[in-house]
Amino acid sequence: MFNYVPEMFRAETAETEEEGDKWYDDHTAGRRPPELLPRDEVARAINTEVKAGRGSPHGGVFLDIASRRTPEYIRRRLPSMYHQFMELAGVDITRESMEIGPTCHYIMGGVQVIADSAATAVPGLFAAGEAAGGLHGANRLGGNSLSDLVVFGRRAGMGAAEYIEAGDVATSFNMEEAEAAVKGALDPLNREEGENPYTIQHDLQEMMQALVGIIRTGPELEEAKDKLDEFTERVKNISVKGARAYNPGWNLATDLPSMLTVSRSTALAASLRKESRGGHTREDYPNPDPEFAKFNFALSSDGGNWDSPISAAQSPLLPLPDELKALLEEAH
Amino acid sequence: MADVTMRIWRGDATGGDFENYTISQNEGEVVLDIIHRIQATEAPDLACRWNCKAGKCGSCSAEINGKPRLMCMTRMDDLPEGTVTVTPMKTFPIIRDLVTDVSFNFEMAKRVPALLPPPMPEGGYRMFQQDVERGQEFRKCIECFMCQDVCHVIRDHEENKVNYAGPRFFIRYAELEMHPLDTNDRRELLKEELGLGYCNITKCCTEVCPEHIHITDNAIIPLKERVVDADYDPVAWLGRKIRRRTKKTAAEASVQPAP
Repeated sequence: MFNYVPEMFRAETAETEEEGDKWYDDHTAGRRPPELLPRDEVARAINTEVKAGRGSPHGGVFLDIASRRTPEYIRRRLPSMYHQFMELAGVDITRESMEIGPTCHYIMGGVQVIADSAATAVPGLFAAGEAAGGLHGANRLGGNSLSDLVVFGRRAGMGAAEYIEAGDVATSFNMEEAEAAVKGALDPLNREEGENPYTIQHDLQEMMQALVGIIRTGPELEEAKDKLDEFTERVKNISVKGARAYNPGWNLATDLPSMLTVSRSTALAASLRKESRGGHTREDYPNPDPEFAKFNFALSSDGGNWDSPISAAQSPLLPLPDELKALLEEAH
Repeated sequence: MADVTMRIWRGDATGGDFENYTISQNEGEVVLDIIHRIQATEAPDLACRWNCKAGKCGSCSAEINGKPRLMCMTRMDDLPEGTVTVTPMKTFPIIRDLVTDVSFNFEMAKRVPALLPPPMPEGGYRMFQQDVERGQEFRKCIECFMCQDVCHVIRDHEENKVNYAGPRFFIRYAELEMHPLDTNDRRELLKEELGLGYCNITKCCTEVCPEHIHITDNAIIPLKERVVDADYDPVAWLGRKIRRRTKKTAAEASVQPAP
């Protein structure tokens, strides 16, 4: 069960080489402290504790390193954490425990790309990193985001260069579409009366956290989908004041349609995935279903606009390339 | 908690003025939280730059009650009671409100001669831990540019900007100059074109550094000593008269090829 835990963490807590080997070879005999379980398991465990009324004063749990490591070690190995807790909360983590809670950290889903070139379905558009989906499966491992950026950022750059060299680049575009996009972006500035974008963003965050959060259920996801339709109407009625130069309110107004696209996609895919896997936990389907392991949900916009209906199709997972399969077999 | 009055500079390159906002606050909040609340409720067009909210990206530098601080790391309850004044960094041109154009720094970064290691022997080199740590202190820099903002050489003398690298880049130069494998010599450049001599060691940069880098003591003073050593040492002067000055090669320095 623990063979996917990165080497550095294994070295951090195993006190003897035998203990490390034991974890590695016999996954049922592991003596792993809960904070080193995968992120989704830790988040669920915290959620369960808090719901059961055993949470800390601010609705989280306590994490302690002071009892396990010396102050010098903590300051040397966790300098940012030491500094931030000290300055922002007045908590000395070399002496006392930290109050922690799960938060939205990373989106495993994203734009579907061709792995070799990072090309998307839109000609000339390339995506890498957290914007792209599929690389990390259902649960990203610590540290892999950086390697993702380095490897696939390079591929995206090379993919874009090849695309240009191949000469397939569009040399014209639809002026009407461009004008409509400009008008859409400027609408919030021109609208005399309307809603504050910050209010909508805040409400959207609260709703998504409550209904599409760590633990999901079918009825709540359906409720979220209905609410997202209401948000779509609200976003069409944003009004911001000020000019175009460095105007955060206006920037948020132009970001909100994309936030809704992502929220609607997340809610739809989560409602279709009737299983629990990695970062996605369904209370009504608590176990992984092997059938669902065979495909991703690929969502597309029917119409291409941010408020167009979204449809879902099953996109089969590609078979593991032989060289990777060989590497994995070698490791076992 | 009682509401707080924030006095914030609003305007652009053509001019501006202070505006007061009286706004609610909660326990444990930092200045950036209050700025965000003003944006969300009273002034959605209030411009400020920010990213990580954890003191690591160096974006939200501003002057809080006249002192350069990161807005995300300045707790409201650490400030004296009463109105809190927030202004943009004074040394850089205003874009809008609290946002300044810091491209001066990027221009200075382009002028840094890169690390120039000697050819690698087979198996590479092995670096001593103390050499690693010396450079790592300077690597903590998050480029908030508050040391540049507070430095009177450019804060009060716009004309010095063409000839002054500033504390942020002096630590970069120090890191490179102290790197055991570096063979570039930047001493002449520092003396003649980058104004190392303008610094008169008031340590304002060290005082505002959010990463607590000992800018003056560990970077600027050692650099000054190197420049002085090269320039005013009579023996070195004589040596230069006789033969062209060369920096120690890596083989002579403390780094030894790995076994």
